[in-house]
Amino acid sequence: MVRLNKLKDQQGIIFNLLYSVVAIVIALLLGGILIYLSGHDPGKAYYHLVYGAFGNSYNLAQTLLNSTPLIFTGLAVAIGFQSGLFNIGGEGQLYWGALATAVTALTFPHLPGLILLPLALLAGALAGGCWGVIPGYLKARTGAHEVITTIMLNYIAILATTFLLRNYYKEAGPVDQTPLIAESARMAELIPFTRLSWAIFLGLAVVVLSDYLLKKTSIGYDIQAVGKNSAAAEYAGISVPGIYILTMGFSGAVAGLTGSTLVLGLFNRFITNFSPGYGFTGIAVAVLGRNRPWGVLLAALLFGALEAGGMSMQLYARIPADLMRIIQGLVILLVAAPAFIQLLVGSLLNRPGGGAK
Amino acid sequence: MNVVELKNISKSFGNSLANDSIDLAVKRGEIHCLLGENGAGKTTLMKILFGLYSQDQGSILINGAEVEIKSPRQAIELGLGMIHQHFMLVGRLTVTENIIAGREPRRGILIDYAEGMRQVKELTATYQLSVNPGARVEDISIGEQQRVEILKALYRQAEILILDEPTAVLTPQETGELFAVLKKLKESGKTIIFITHKLKETMAISDRVTILRDGKKVATIATSATSPTELARLMVGREVILRVKKAAAMVGKTVLQADHLTYYHKKNNRQLEQLSFVIKAGEILGVAGVEGNGQQELEELITGLSRNSQGKIFFKGKDISSWSIRERRYAGIGHIPSDRLKRGLIPDFNLEKNLILGSEWQQPYARKGFLDYKVIRENSKVIIERFRIKTSGSQALVQDLSGGNQQKVIIGRELRREPELIVAAQPTRGVDVGAIEYIHKLLLKMREEGKGVLLISAELDELLSLSDRLIVLYEGRIVASGNTVDFTEAELGLLMAGQGRGGVKNGPTE
Ligand SMILES: Nc1ncnc2c1ncn2[C@@H]1O[C@H](COP(=O)(O)OP(=O)(O)O)[C@@H](O)[C@H]1O
Ligand SMILES: [Mg+2]
Repeated sequence: MVRLNKLKDQQGIIFNLLYSVVAIVIALLLGGILIYLSGHDPGKAYYHLVYGAFGNSYNLAQTLLNSTPLIFTGLAVAIGFQSGLFNIGGEGQLYWGALATAVTALTFPHLPGLILLPLALLAGALAGGCWGVIPGYLKARTGAHEVITTIMLNYIAILATTFLLRNYYKEAGPVDQTPLIAESARMAELIPFTRLSWAIFLGLAVVVLSDYLLKKTSIGYDIQAVGKNSAAAEYAGISVPGIYILTMGFSGAVAGLTGSTLVLGLFNRFITNFSPGYGFTGIAVAVLGRNRPWGVLLAALLFGALEAGGMSMQLYARIPADLMRIIQGLVILLVAAPAFIQLLVGSLLNRPGGGAK
Repeated sequence: MNVVELKNISKSFGNSLANDSIDLAVKRGEIHCLLGENGAGKTTLMKILFGLYSQDQGSILINGAEVEIKSPRQAIELGLGMIHQHFMLVGRLTVTENIIAGREPRRGILIDYAEGMRQVKELTATYQLSVNPGARVEDISIGEQQRVEILKALYRQAEILILDEPTAVLTPQETGELFAVLKKLKESGKTIIFITHKLKETMAISDRVTILRDGKKVATIATSATSPTELARLMVGREVILRVKKAAAMVGKTVLQADHLTYYHKKNNRQLEQLSFVIKAGEILGVAGVEGNGQQELEELITGLSRNSQGKIFFKGKDISSWSIRERRYAGIGHIPSDRLKRGLIPDFNLEKNLILGSEWQQPYARKGFLDYKVIRENSKVIIERFRIKTSGSQALVQDLSGGNQQKVIIGRELRREPELIVAAQPTRGVDVGAIEYIHKLLLKMREEGKGVLLISAELDELLSLSDRLIVLYEGRIVASGNTVDFTEAELGLLMAGQGRGGVKNGPTE
């Protein structure tokens, strides 16, 4: 194990990439066996998987569209993790982000887009951030474990936003949703008829920004110091509680942007229960992306591709959607079972063994 | 007559050669020290003998007959017993249960616990290893646990006992007791192989000593025919000054003043009571005491890691009692923490990042919150060179450095800040002789430069050779204080054990 860890350090990013690729390939192989066993043709299935994800500009747009929210939620988890916190509250934070954004856009319909859009985004980030600060504060003050508090706060957020919607912002009609926001507040489509908006670029920007923040700034240094050894951080004069609060705020803000971009770029309104669990999928994305911003980007793209490809597999190769979920699950499982794959990669790189008998 | 003979033993781990053609002959009934710095290959060699590792080459002879030892079980059958650096006891079980485990006396199919207890009592009486056979292992002290390990080996009829750095975990008193036990064992005809990197212990206990360096055997000599200085030279491979010379103190203004510090710990009830002392520029104040008598609390109070105390702390005349850690650091207090891996370093940060820990917001490493890696790298190069840190470079992870080099990282970083006061807690713990010498020189250099040093240490030698003045802590109180020259080692030992002759040496604390 010691040897393998050393090996991992030596190879750094290359190793991580190689490692993840091996995990994905094994998952796809196992998935292929499952597809075969369930009476389908794996070759055909995987052709449609790849074609459905990258085959033409429309399919590619679907992949990116699916990836966008996951970039944000994955990043939110990864950022929390940098200071050693496990933010499972992305789901709740994104609901607040979505509601705040929708309400802002609805409140100022006459503002020009150039002002309204940033304002609405800011409102979403702020709302998500505030919701993230709560568990951060509880952790800092009372030591309450953030996993528990963020899970609880998810329920409160989802129910509270629904309550507010029904009582104050609901459009007349049977559906629990706000009226449409003004045209000027919508994020423009990148490719016509694909619904892919430039929210993806905002995601990219946040990736670049987080990466820069973590690597090149003093505050990023402090965040990582707390995550890697909070006792030493304290020794060095870093306020550990302060960093917890700050990181959770930052993480919550990024999660909030998930909701904002969905409102401004996709639904153009707030709808109850609109998220199919982006906040939770973000955890898997962060794990797969090794909690690093660029890793999260790649992982989100992979998830988006699997989603889009899975859809076409289902349509054209008649593979049940559940199989796709199983393959996704396998990818995560294999990434989360590092010992096994490390061993495999270790022997692939063919390092001579040594050590105890 | 050699009971154990190792011939031409080699063992490598990956690319590193831990044992390189080592010969070792141990005579029956002797105490044989295996001396070497950390990483010299002592543990590896003994694990080969005990059947835990297999050698790449070489042979083992027990009582003159060549044997192949494939497992500890086989080693035990051959009369070997090994007491590891980390004990292998079950805390929830009693002393007796731990000792007889696997070889229980039986009555029919049942374990005859009473008989086991009787046998253990007999053993403790024979070898004067005082330990209560009925006590739970988790309730007894580390020193007693070690005796249980020894009893375990004796119960299995070991004739040759291997002890791997047994004193590392003991207080000076317990070390004394262990040595008495070992002498007793020797008298009764047992052979003892004693692994250590401490010169004093080697001189005190052994008949002969074999020195290892970088996996090679350097020499085997009779202890009576050698000296600590020679041993240090053989061990490190160059001349080592064991007791650094120091010039007379040139004391200046008061740097630190503690005024009736009283501290109640939140969790357990350890406390400090009414601690008052001063440290002047250009002097080293040593804090002696058995660990757990308030040293850690004192360290934390002065550096700001804990603040809820009564009493006051003045630094250069200012009351800093309520200042944050960062404020104190920025004001000029440096800190070498007693637990270097837990507090002093971020093991999976690389070297250059560890070297700015605590300065990451300050010029020239950062400007308005943006890190300047060019300066950071330059800084790291300077420190690596100046403090002779052995590493592959600024990008190396600190967790891959040896203990001594990790300590140099901390000291290099703290001294680079040019503090007015340095709180050095256990600065040489677990560090090689060569590095100890170097660290001592650095502390003395600080003193010469007119800085104040608070030296908290469990090593009496260190305290006596470095400190200008001493305070002795016992159960959170200063039980004695005075000029170092007025204390003998024996006196200090007694004071630390709480057996001070009421009020002796309550000389001036300033
Ligand atoms: N299980 C192991 N795997 C890899 N390297 C090891 C292992 N055990 C020891 N080594 C290496 O072998 C060398 C000798 O170690 P060791 O025998 O523990 O030294 P000592 O006991 O004298 O401090 C060191 O460089 C150490 O890093
Ligand atoms: Mg060892």
